[in-house]
Amino acid sequence: MLGYIIRRILAVIPVMAIVAVFVFLLLRLTPGDPAAILAGDMATPEQLARIRESLGLTDPIHIQFINWVGRLLQGDLGTSLISNTPVMSMIGSRIWPTLQVGTLTIIISVLIAVPMGVIAAWRHRSWIDYAVMSFSVLGFSVPVFVIGYILIKIFSIELRWLPVQGYASPSDGIGAFFSRALLPCLTLATIYVALIARMTRASLLEVLGEDYVRTARAKGVKEKYVLFRHALRNAAVPIMTIIGTGFALLISGVVVTESVFNIPGIGRLTVDAILARDYPVIQAMILLTSAIYVFVNLLIDISYTFIDPRIRY
Amino acid sequence: MFIDKTFHRRWHNARTSVFAAALAAATALGAAAPAHADPDTITAVMHSGLRVLDPIITTAHITRNHGYMIYDVLIAEDENFEPQPQMADWEVSDDNLVYTFTLRDGLKFHDGAPVTAEDAVASLKRWGERDSGGQLIFDVTESLEATDEKTITWKLKEPFPPFLETVAKQSAVPPFIMPKRVAETPSSEPIKEYIGSGPFVFVEEEYQPGVSVTYEKFADYVPREEEASWMAGGKVVNVERVKWVTMPDAQTAINALVAGEIDYIEQPQFDLLPILQGSPDVTVEVRDTLGYQTMGRMNFKHPPFDNVKIRQAALMAMSQEDVLGTLVGNPEYYSVCGAIFGCGTPLGDETGAETLTSGGDIEGAKALLEEAGYDGTPVVLMQPTDVTTLTAQPVVTAQALREAGFKVDMQPMDWQTLVTRRASMSPPAEGGWNLFFTNWMVPEISSPIVNPMLNGRGDEAWFGWPDDPKLEELRAEFIAADSVEAQKEVAKRLQAYTLENVIYVPLGQYVPPQARRNTITGMLPSPVPVFWNVDKTE
Repeated sequence: MLGYIIRRILAVIPVMAIVAVFVFLLLRLTPGDPAAILAGDMATPEQLARIRESLGLTDPIHIQFINWVGRLLQGDLGTSLISNTPVMSMIGSRIWPTLQVGTLTIIISVLIAVPMGVIAAWRHRSWIDYAVMSFSVLGFSVPVFVIGYILIKIFSIELRWLPVQGYASPSDGIGAFFSRALLPCLTLATIYVALIARMTRASLLEVLGEDYVRTARAKGVKEKYVLFRHALRNAAVPIMTIIGTGFALLISGVVVTESVFNIPGIGRLTVDAILARDYPVIQAMILLTSAIYVFVNLLIDISYTFIDPRIRY
Repeated sequence: MFIDKTFHRRWHNARTSVFAAALAAATALGAAAPAHADPDTITAVMHSGLRVLDPIITTAHITRNHGYMIYDVLIAEDENFEPQPQMADWEVSDDNLVYTFTLRDGLKFHDGAPVTAEDAVASLKRWGERDSGGQLIFDVTESLEATDEKTITWKLKEPFPPFLETVAKQSAVPPFIMPKRVAETPSSEPIKEYIGSGPFVFVEEEYQPGVSVTYEKFADYVPREEEASWMAGGKVVNVERVKWVTMPDAQTAINALVAGEIDYIEQPQFDLLPILQGSPDVTVEVRDTLGYQTMGRMNFKHPPFDNVKIRQAALMAMSQEDVLGTLVGNPEYYSVCGAIFGCGTPLGDETGAETLTSGGDIEGAKALLEEAGYDGTPVVLMQPTDVTTLTAQPVVTAQALREAGFKVDMQPMDWQTLVTRRASMSPPAEGGWNLFFTNWMVPEISSPIVNPMLNGRGDEAWFGWPDDPKLEELRAEFIAADSVEAQKEVAKRLQAYTLENVIYVPLGQYVPPQARRNTITGMLPSPVPVFWNVDKTE
């Protein structure tokens, strides 16, 4: 197992290298000039040229690339071309809201979706099953910002239970954190509940038709053990996969939700950086996102061995 | 199917417990929900996020506004467009060649150091490298020196009548005074220390670029005794803190204002105003009565707009009312105005804008286009899709041009692609362009000195690059004009010349209203949203 983990981590290096080269070149081919954004509307061509030079944008691309990689290998992600702030500190302050909202969303989603999926499968073709499936279709189909606005309208504007927007760190108080995080998490959870519930139901239905489930029931095993010990455990591999990739998706940036609820997370940071052609920030964010995906996939693969003893690396 | 009754009962119990827990949590959160803004802090949603902290390197309005929070200026423009003493009084020699500024007592930077004449000289020199008006002054400057701790002596080689107006300019790059060590940063590099002597202190540890910025009242700031008027007069701070937050979603900002979580929105979207107007706790009002001029600029380098007659035909096809009606909607917030220097300004005059202000003349444009021998060369029109105040102009104009017989190739792109592409002098088919639109705050275009579109120096000019010696002659005449009447006379000729030669197309003015909670009082009318004089009541 340890050997497998080390091999997987080592395999990340070429992946990240390819991502780095690709992203760097792609950004340089995209139209846009950070100097024009920095200088504003009134800058003359001569002033723009001077700013471009001071930002190092007039160097040949291969020199820019070597400089960037050189700094990257020393753990320096560079400095924002626009705000002149170290990229590391920008990401450092923006990743926590995203991580916290993402984690809470996944916890809420799993707590709701897995029982929903189990019950839907258990009561296959009953009204509960149809209700769960209808909710799933709705969860997929309604745009996330619409759900956000509806929840704001009900809980913030009409009932005045929760704030409309904003983010508070858990260090500001658990009440303040949850009161601000709850609506965005519920908004995001709508999609993930739909996704995980569907996957749980489908996997479980397949397993519930297996011989060993029939045997267990014939032996008089209690239904809860049939469902949760025999069936769900055997159906868990695809469910874990969907939860893991869902988490990676959440962490890599949920721009719309961050915008609707005014959460200063990395999704907004990435979009702002793209709009401003802030190359060092975009490059760092794409590398970070790739790393998150690779890491989450590794965790998912490792989790398989705990769920299914037949899987060995 | 075999069903275990015990399982059923437990499921029931579990469901009840979860429901009860959820209710309890909701109640607890309800009690914890703070929702309302801090009574000592004004929380404001500004028109954009602050990302650049150097008000000299950029012309971005949000950075200029930040500049007015933490820096002060030697002299400042009042609501009559007149320069007034701010950090300094001045004297002018009889031959109009020597300006002597004397710093007032009690001026301190936020680190406690006194403001000296050397700080001012270094700051003015850096400003002069970046600002177009400043560059004109430095072209005729013989020397600029600190002659003692409090005296700045500025000697000119030849008279520059609009000298004081230029030094007092409020936009886009005012000469903010910084400590000498900061002002010695090359003007092409951003400053790294943010210390001013203005009424607010920048709280660096709370700054998150593009997210939020916090200012605290500067306890040692000594306001002038005169009443505040635009950027001049006494900057009296009545609140402890001002926090600017960025809200990318316009609807969220509106909801937050109505719910009392924030106090102020600088520019709510026009289409969302009815929601705010329906709230008894919110006031919607116009603070900046001059507002913005929206305008179009053609590329003089390439066909078809290298031909003046074709430019005239395009202008003739355009209608301000159509553009403004689509852009703003509510006539309360826009006005048709053919003045290149803006209506409501000392130099505002509408000569030559008759077709623009009376709905356009498509038939006249068709005839002129035929007379000009237009060969069907497509007009590459750049359409920004991500700036709400620039989405209507390209669409409405493209339709008018097509009706007049132009072939229009409207290309959608984000604003940042547009600002890069407009710097390209290549032919439109090779990554260049023919026409784009932008907006200016009226004070930024209100005189030939500050109006960037009136530079006729070809490749050195603003995007579009008119190579027009006559335009330069007129600008020089304006600079040399030694009385208000003489300036107005030259400005009138510049107005006529600009529209006759279609140097650019003014498409009218609009005034974005602001929205504030009724607990916020004392906001001064001003083109720059300032936070001095403002009170927050419980």
